[in-house]
Amino acid sequence: MEKQLEQFSDVNAQQLVRPPTRRRFRWLTDRLLVNIFLWPTFLLLLFITVFPLVWSLYLSFTSYSPKRDSVWTAAPWVGFQNYAELLADKDIWARFTTSAAVVVPTVLFEFLLGFGVAFLFSRQFKGRSFITTAILIPMMLTTVVVGLFWRFMLQADIGIVNYFIHDIFGFPAVFWLTDTKAALASLVLVDAWQWTPFVFLISLAGLSAVPKYLYEAAEVDRASGWFKFRHITLPLISPLLLIAIIFRLMDTYKLFDLVWVLTNGGGSTNTKIVPSYLYEIAFGSLDIGKASALGYIMLVVIIALANILVRVLNQLKTESDK
Amino acid sequence: MNSILKNPLVQRTMFWLATTLVLVFFMFPLYWLVISSFKVRGDVTLTPPTLFPFVQFQPTLDNYIDILTTTRGGTTVASPFIGALVNSILISGTATLVAVLLGTLAAYAFSRFRIPSEGNLMFFILSTRMLPPIVVIIPIFLMFSNLGLRNSFVGLTLLYVTAGLPFVVWMMKGFFDEIPREYEDAAMMDGYSRIEAVWKIVIPEAIPAMLSTAVFVLITAWNEFIFALRLNPDKFSTVPPYLVTVIGYGRPEWARMAATSVIFLLPIVIFTVLVRNHLLRGVTFGAVRR
Repeated sequence: MEKQLEQFSDVNAQQLVRPPTRRRFRWLTDRLLVNIFLWPTFLLLLFITVFPLVWSLYLSFTSYSPKRDSVWTAAPWVGFQNYAELLADKDIWARFTTSAAVVVPTVLFEFLLGFGVAFLFSRQFKGRSFITTAILIPMMLTTVVVGLFWRFMLQADIGIVNYFIHDIFGFPAVFWLTDTKAALASLVLVDAWQWTPFVFLISLAGLSAVPKYLYEAAEVDRASGWFKFRHITLPLISPLLLIAIIFRLMDTYKLFDLVWVLTNGGGSTNTKIVPSYLYEIAFGSLDIGKASALGYIMLVVIIALANILVRVLNQLKTESDK
Repeated sequence: MNSILKNPLVQRTMFWLATTLVLVFFMFPLYWLVISSFKVRGDVTLTPPTLFPFVQFQPTLDNYIDILTTTRGGTTVASPFIGALVNSILISGTATLVAVLLGTLAAYAFSRFRIPSEGNLMFFILSTRMLPPIVVIIPIFLMFSNLGLRNSFVGLTLLYVTAGLPFVVWMMKGFFDEIPREYEDAAMMDGYSRIEAVWKIVIPEAIPAMLSTAVFVLITAWNEFIFALRLNPDKFSTVPPYLVTVIGYGRPEWARMAATSVIFLLPIVIFTVLVRNHLLRGVTFGAVRR
């Protein structure tokens, strides 16, 4: 009787789960697997990112010229000369100033508009998700294409923007892409058109994550709208806003495509920002050593920014894991 | 004054007024681009401009036919734009496939195994993504010139794989952290080995996440300009440099520019709508989840 029962349950068990007949891939230990999973990624990063960077550091101490030197022979070592020249050069400070004149207003404008729109859309209304998705489209588009069709719209004579400014509202026409000051404003405008949605998206997420009961509690205490905003909303969403701002700071600082398309690299309109200048040194005057040195000066700034960003990201992660 | 502002009707009117302004600011340029692509060449530069198709002008497909075909020796053949488009599709497609595959495996390792100085490694991966392209393009340009990787399919693809990897690792690690470990543990209790559990349990669970991650990698590669411009100027050139150098040079033909842009941007718009619920996660490298 007992034997029968045993047999019976055995059969049943086999039909129910049917584990693999023998353990395959036993040789594939976890340790081996980790290596197989990680190495391709790290090899690629080492080959295409780390190695070029190290080489670039070396080149920044030489007067390498692609016309004269082969890659396999050592280029003439010049020590810190490239860096010294760059730091003494008035032009480079002008380029950094131009960069700041683009970056600061752009990020400020994107932040104010993006947060404002997010605040406007933070309550439920008909068509909200449709409108939100529509507004988010610009940030996914190709920057050079965005630059091209804005160049079309900003043409002084045939552009639709001037048509509205001049023909409809009667203001003087603006020479958007050729006037020094207007060209800077064009860069800010187009970058803001493309990237305000990014700030909007992050702000909206922050605003909708503020728990309702906090507002209700403040309501009971008859707190003013400003008080609620200042003491409930702002402290809760500021880490997220910080993320948005740092991302935008880094990206506008790296901005290249848009300047290339909109103001032809910025040469004639005084919108030549650091990346455009770097490109000119590298591919125009083929001064690879100097260009590499300028690249490293750029890097120092961006590494500082990235460090802050990662710290904020990690802080957010530990908070959301709680 | 205050009482007027408190009036619900006034509030609603102001709200919709502001919303309309916002929509016009963000949508009008795209509307203008699309209708310009359907105008005959001379009409795009008219003053006053024609804003409404069928009412003010008769839409035409001339620009589209114009950019998609060229006549050579009396016969109609595919235009250089088609060639660039095919390159764009092949290069960004392949790069996306490889990046998602490799990055997903690495992300799984980061998510499930104890890896020495994991935080530093993850930071290292992220930091490569923060590099300004203009800084790395010089050594990569020299390196690819010497390895014969300029004007090649492999070179640009490899570059886009590497550019996409950090994003995939961060995104997929976030997703894997959300899939309970117990799934694989149970499978391994039943006699599956780790690799089988990954293949049969975890990957199927992660497919939607991999797809939305892939969309972001695809769009980034699709949009890339400066590497394509410098590394592949002659062969395997993609659409962004083609657009700028061929159509946008000198006194551009705006109608053709508009039609080319519409074709090139359309897939992005479709994909964006598809992943709209993952956009927040996508733009913050998976750090912000809600």
